[in-house]
Amino acid sequence: MKKFINDVENVENEMLEGIVLAHPEYVARLEGFDVLVRADKKVGKVALVSGGGSGHEPSHGGFVGTGMLDGAVAGSVFTSPTPDQVFEAIKAVDAGEGVLLVIKNYTGDIMNFEMAAELAEAEGIKVANVVTNDDVAVEDSLYTTGRRGVAGTVFVHKIAGAKAETGASLDDVKAVAQKVIANVRTMGVALKPCTVPAAGKPGFELTEEEMELGIGIHGEPGTERKPIQTADQIVDYLMERILNDMNPAAGDEVAVMINGAGATPPMELYILNRRVQQILADKGIKVFKTFVGDFMTSIDMAGASITLLKLDDELKDLLLAKADTIGFKMY
Amino acid sequence: MATKADVLDFIRVYADKMAEHRQELTDYDQAIGDGDHGINMSRGFKAVMEKLPTVEEKNIDDILKAVGMTLVSTVGGASGPLYGTAFMKAGAAVKGKEELSNEDILLALDEAVGGIQFRGKAVEGEKTILDSMIPAINAIKASLADGKTMAEALVAGESAAWNGVEYTKTIIATKGRASYLGERSIGHQDPGATSMAYAFQAINEVAQKAGN
Repeated sequence: MKKFINDVENVENEMLEGIVLAHPEYVARLEGFDVLVRADKKVGKVALVSGGGSGHEPSHGGFVGTGMLDGAVAGSVFTSPTPDQVFEAIKAVDAGEGVLLVIKNYTGDIMNFEMAAELAEAEGIKVANVVTNDDVAVEDSLYTTGRRGVAGTVFVHKIAGAKAETGASLDDVKAVAQKVIANVRTMGVALKPCTVPAAGKPGFELTEEEMELGIGIHGEPGTERKPIQTADQIVDYLMERILNDMNPAAGDEVAVMINGAGATPPMELYILNRRVQQILADKGIKVFKTFVGDFMTSIDMAGASITLLKLDDELKDLLLAKADTIGFKMY
Repeated sequence: MATKADVLDFIRVYADKMAEHRQELTDYDQAIGDGDHGINMSRGFKAVMEKLPTVEEKNIDDILKAVGMTLVSTVGGASGPLYGTAFMKAGAAVKGKEELSNEDILLALDEAVGGIQFRGKAVEGEKTILDSMIPAINAIKASLADGKTMAEALVAGESAAWNGVEYTKTIIATKGRASYLGERSIGHQDPGATSMAYAFQAINEVAQKAGN
């Protein structure tokens, strides 16, 4: 393992220190906790809290700020934060209008956030939650824990965050978050695995000639392992699954996110995007807005994911509303 | 029966096992999960060992609850809420007890497994912690009903726990991250069932040493 770290035990803590030192105008750290909150607490609105294991930067601390999150809780690498940490975040950001928890669909995240919500409700704080599950690589059935929450979660942060900024009620913010969740689909691919610092070795193995299609953001196996193909062929595979699941009609409008997994150069992400746009144009699907970059990474994984969000007028307005955070800006 | 010293001994022995088997549990988890079970459990029990001196003068229920709270706040993932809830529920079941009768021990185990089922919304046969825990508890109860001593029953309990671990190799995971693998999860043992089997191993070792 070759990484810029000092001590595997301090990776998360030293990263958070570095983030606050770099961006004090955006975020502050809750003293004694692994929680980032807005540098200036916004009152008179519903507050949004998200979080999860570390290693997905800029998710989630990078989306704390105007028009997106009010607080982000960082667990150990790829490990859900604990209920006491989430509870502190909820207490810190609540401005009396209630708190929406945006949880990615993982067993641990749900249990820890639910325990935190129980603690907060016991103190009289209004809490609601939504669970993102945009990964079409996982079959959603009684026999799985359900689809994983992956890069599409960032659209939930953006749009529900914009809704909260308008002064909407907790119910209304939750409803628009649910609308995004119902309309967003993602699928990913890995070319090289990632290494959790504390584990010291890659979480899985891929040869120079292999790729894992449908990879999860923690390196969980996907649908298929295949010999590497061209960028266009890989996009065709992923887009077929996403579009089959989403079933958009010609004339529909979508937002596109081409997300890097942490060790994929922008050059390659743009090559993937080129083909995504060709496919959508061929199908008569209008691209309203495209985002290319690292939004939901997997430490040092080489890979990418494609996310499509089907839009209506409300979602379009909220997508274009002002956002100013470390990792996502809209003016 | 078990004295407070036995309970403290169990916690220490189990903590040692989580440190000793850190890599093994992590390896099982890398095969079908996210590869951190041993890391998280050993981190949690290291914190438990730091906490223990501050609570060991208290009642058994307070000690178990402190262990549970410490696990919830340090383990993370799914294991933190599950193991934490188990210890907290076990503690609540034996409130005010200076020492535990066999009935108290069974009640604590039943409450612990109930807590795990509530928090994890799982049942037996889904390739989880429950697949070693439920057979172990059932074996302990059956042995006692046959007139065996608690020490003999705990031998049977540990044995059933490891059989449960073996059983997890044959079934498909339908809960947790391993469920994404579907049939590909067959052939691998469940890391959570394994760490739970070490709990019954620890209980058994303490009972044999205590001779009761």
